Amino acid sequence: MLYREAGDFKTSYAKDQQTFPILFDRWGYFIMLALAFIVGPMIINDYWLNAVVLPFLIYSIAALGLNILTGYCGQVSLGTGGFMAVGAYASYKLMTSFPDLNIAFVIILSGGVTALVGILFGLPSLRIKGFYLAVATLAAQFFLVWLFNKVPWFYNYSASGQISAPERTIFGYAISGANALPHISYLFCLTFVVILAWGARNLTRGANGRKWMAIRDMDIAAEIIGVNPLKTKLTAFAISSFYIGIAGALLFAVYLGAAEVGEAFGITKSFLVLFMIIIGGLGSIFGSFAGAAFMILMPVLLKNIFVGQMGWPTDLAAHMEFVIVGGLIMVFLILEPHGLAALWRTAKEKLRLWPFPH
Amino acid sequence: MTQTETYQTPDGRTIGGAVMEMKNITLRFGGVVAIKDISFDIREGEIRAIIGPNGAGKSSMLNVINGFYHPQEGDVLFHGKKRGPMKPHQIAKQGIARTFQNIALFKGMSTLDNIMTGRLTHMKSGLASQMMWWGKAQREEVENREVVEKIIDFLEIQTIRKTPVGRLPYGLQKRVELGRALAAEPKLLLLDEPMAGMNVEEKEDMSRFILDVNDEFGTTIALIEHDMGVVMDIADRVVVMDYGKKIGDGTPSEVRQDQAVIDAYLGVAHD
Repeated sequence: MLYREAGDFKTSYAKDQQTFPILFDRWGYFIMLALAFIVGPMIINDYWLNAVVLPFLIYSIAALGLNILTGYCGQVSLGTGGFMAVGAYASYKLMTSFPDLNIAFVIILSGGVTALVGILFGLPSLRIKGFYLAVATLAAQFFLVWLFNKVPWFYNYSASGQISAPERTIFGYAISGANALPHISYLFCLTFVVILAWGARNLTRGANGRKWMAIRDMDIAAEIIGVNPLKTKLTAFAISSFYIGIAGALLFAVYLGAAEVGEAFGITKSFLVLFMIIIGGLGSIFGSFAGAAFMILMPVLLKNIFVGQMGWPTDLAAHMEFVIVGGLIMVFLILEPHGLAALWRTAKEKLRLWPFPH
Repeated sequence: MTQTETYQTPDGRTIGGAVMEMKNITLRFGGVVAIKDISFDIREGEIRAIIGPNGAGKSSMLNVINGFYHPQEGDVLFHGKKRGPMKPHQIAKQGIARTFQNIALFKGMSTLDNIMTGRLTHMKSGLASQMMWWGKAQREEVENREVVEKIIDFLEIQTIRKTPVGRLPYGLQKRVELGRALAAEPKLLLLDEPMAGMNVEEKEDMSRFILDVNDEFGTTIALIEHDMGVVMDIADRVVVMDYGKKIGDGTPSEVRQDQAVIDAYLGVAHD
């Protein structure tokens, strides 16, 4: 009864083209934003922030980035972990080389550096497609991890080979380092998420998004209607890597605090983010968030149930967690290959007619 | 006929000079000669049909015109100027649009978005502007949406505006594809078998749209078609190809009486 578009008339094309054309959705969105910014910091405790909310926000950005490349532009990438490492190491080098630079700029610049690296590794996409491109990006993943391991300059010649984030503040509050306040980190990451998600939505619904999707759906036809494949694919690589770089920088500087490249940004990270967008829904902004929430929440939830409720030993719980998450992914792909976003769309279609389906 | 000469069609339209001239085009794939020494022109405002049996090289000819294939010999002249080696997307910007024999729509996008892709050559806002949906990007979206809505009205596909094209029946997909090509406001429109696989009614609709496009927008059209009835009815001039060679060129009635054309279509008695 509540979810209605009857009587919600659009009188201009601009109104029809907005992100949430249905009034109810629009209000829902603004209420969600208000809750996240104002009520969120008040009610979420430190454990939830660290275990669930912060990783969810950061991986959402990475998922958005990969979804732009794989979901919208159709270029499969297994190099996400490597690109996140580029963002992390760029932010580390920037933080240590320019101690006075504001952390927000450091994060954005790290994204920029990653974008350049992304363009470089995107060049093969002009010649190769599909699985072959996936293998090429896999090479990027291994090369980048190897690079950050082998060249001491990247970790400032530290004995452990680790990088650790020095303390930086924003408006006087510590956001990285030992004294970081989880709630400030939360608001900081949330701001990035909201701005980047808004930008991704605008890019994908406009002319540029149509170019990406045209290349994805039929590259020959796209070229014949005037899409420059070189420029379009490289733009997708650049923007995608920018997002992933920011996610990597945030993960290192704000969330982890210290990182060792093989462990924090290995191939498992690439797969994790890829699973997020496949489960959430390829070519969907909402799907990026849904997938990130699923992949972050499921393990935490299962751990709470097994260890907290049923009193299993932790190692057994950890193994069962893998089994169940893996099983769920398979069941999911069989039942709804288009991901959570497609489920959400179907639910909305049904709600529009409910309770009078005829 | 020289380039500036005009001629009158039986129904009273004036056809202008050549938009596109093909001069001694030869196209080879390895040892296979797909097109052999063919010359013809397409004139402003006319409907030019290319016909011929299967494998005659008709689609290859369209691919040469929009730059997908590069002929080994011969020149392509667009508006009287010789065209150098260009990529298909550059040629699209010059004002040549086409549809495909096997539908080549973007299956994951709605009808509206598909036709909007046809406007891409007219949209020039920068990435930052698009990312913020501000200023030029927003203005362009609305302006181009207006053009696209006119095409949607023209093709009578208002009700499927927001339907993903993958869900549409074949005839409508063909119509959406025509819409996408029209959205570019091309100077030259290439149609590769626009009526393949359609029933009589759909063919009549499509013929009407093609004639209307030519009539209302004055678009020059080159089309490949197998249905002789349709070609004879709507084309102003016809090129006939067989085994990569041109065997006839002229008005439909001239071509119909040409012995070489009759032989190619009906076969020759070797006695």
